Amino acid sequence: MQKKKITAAVHSQKEIAPGIFDMWLATDLAKGAKPGQFICLYPKDKSTLLPRPISICEAEAEKGLLRLVYRVAGKGTTEFSAYKQGDEVAVLGNLGNGFPLEKAQGKKVFLMGGGIGIPPMLELAKRMQAEKQIVVGYRDKLTFLKEDLEKYGSVYVATEDGSVGSKGNVMDAITENALKADMIFACGPMPMLRAIKRYAAEAGIPAYISLEEHMACGVGACLGCVVKTKEVDAHSHVNNARICTDGPVFEAGEVEI
Amino acid sequence: MNTQVNIAGVTFKNPVMTASGTFGSGMEYGEFVDLNKLGAVVTKGVAGVPWPGNPTPRVAEIYGGMLNAIGLQNPGIDVFIERDLPFLKQYDTGIIVNVCGKTVEDYVEVVERLGDTEVDMLEINVSCPNVKEGAIAFGQKADALFHITSEIKKHAKQPIIMKLSPNVTDITEMAKAAEAAGADALSLINTITGMKIDIHKRTFALANKTGGMSGPAIKPVAVRMVYQTANAVKIPIIGMGGISTAEDAIEFLLAGASAVSVGAANFYNPYATVEIVKGIEDYMTTYGVQDIQEIIGAVR
Repeated sequence: MQKKKITAAVHSQKEIAPGIFDMWLATDLAKGAKPGQFICLYPKDKSTLLPRPISICEAEAEKGLLRLVYRVAGKGTTEFSAYKQGDEVAVLGNLGNGFPLEKAQGKKVFLMGGGIGIPPMLELAKRMQAEKQIVVGYRDKLTFLKEDLEKYGSVYVATEDGSVGSKGNVMDAITENALKADMIFACGPMPMLRAIKRYAAEAGIPAYISLEEHMACGVGACLGCVVKTKEVDAHSHVNNARICTDGPVFEAGEVEI
Repeated sequence: MNTQVNIAGVTFKNPVMTASGTFGSGMEYGEFVDLNKLGAVVTKGVAGVPWPGNPTPRVAEIYGGMLNAIGLQNPGIDVFIERDLPFLKQYDTGIIVNVCGKTVEDYVEVVERLGDTEVDMLEINVSCPNVKEGAIAFGQKADALFHITSEIKKHAKQPIIMKLSPNVTDITEMAKAAEAAGADALSLINTITGMKIDIHKRTFALANKTGGMSGPAIKPVAVRMVYQTANAVKIPIIGMGGISTAEDAIEFLLAGASAVSVGAANFYNPYATVEIVKGIEDYMTTYGVQDIQEIIGAVR
């Protein structure tokens, strides 16, 4: 589906953990949305001009609803968090390529999310036809989206403070539960993605990881959000791929992180 | 109504262009706007060989604008000629190629490679603040600018636009040096060197430490410099710096720019360029302007 900038109405919004907001938007972007893709929201405050990239948590194509679960990180997201039902917001979407869902068909997989990297795992889990082991890492007992994820696979939790599940991170949860997989899909903070890349290389399995970086345009024009790649990239031929357009999902072995 | 402008013998259907580095070679925003409606596409800087650019983070937001330190990542002239130029040639729009290099010879090589192509004009980037060699090294001293301009002029088959930096004491000195060396036109302003510090991480917001500031926050500086330059030289000026709306563009035209470029605005409004084209026409209708020439440099 062609990328476009549209106006969407807020269908509902609530805070599901301190600083973590769950917003449903009414928009026909829901129709073409794929797990792992993202959209950009534009703040109304003109001192904050740049679009804010936020991953798609769920897409209800028939109802025309997109779910975003995001963390308040600055002025833009603070503005979004105050939106009420019926408020309008400018949206650019759908952006990026999403996860290669079809590769998981019939496999035993890990879906791994850390912190605010958990939301894209939900739509992915919903659509994936595989034996799904969903491994999610939180700071503490506020395990947002855990119940939603449990509908689509076996969920293993790690918390930094040990209040729920394994104490530590998602890798600790894998070790503690003696889990194995043929393939990994992951989104989360860079230290987690680096650990997954190492683990996947040692296990000799592919890992599809979703990256983030500061972006200006979101559509591949500004070259702001690049990641170093093993092979020459298709756009600039300099081993710097655009996360927004060539990604945000890459096979871990392809990127230098 | 006539919205055509003529810059150094090249006619553009309207004065609205894209600012180099914000619009790639048109492919990405071609998904949002009809490129046929633009006066010209000004490409991302093209060097003789691929340039990898700077480490990330490369962009940061500031109040009313942004900083960037991309570092001129580009695929080089071979890929540009094989892939990007044929793409642009499908459209009925002007093609202006932004040229960058580390040495005078680098620039000359790219200029010569483009000599026999269907490129309308060359914009010479002597003002990028984000690379250590070349670029701005030629754009902050009048004698260096004179030298590179006259060397490029010897080899260029298309008219050349020297893109000036605002990071100088007196931009009119630079403008006069470029004009004296044979520049056919000028474009200004490139970004203003800035810095942002992340107080939580206690580090620079950009890996390059400094970056070029763009967006609405810099517009008054740009309008002032276009006005000063228009009064100092006879060659035409392409004005840019924080243009987001037709009203902004018209300010630049009134200040003396023959055309305008839209840059960072594309990032927060992918339709900005075509909306500005339409808005200029509406302004001309409202004020009974028959020919856009009537408003170029009308405020003195």
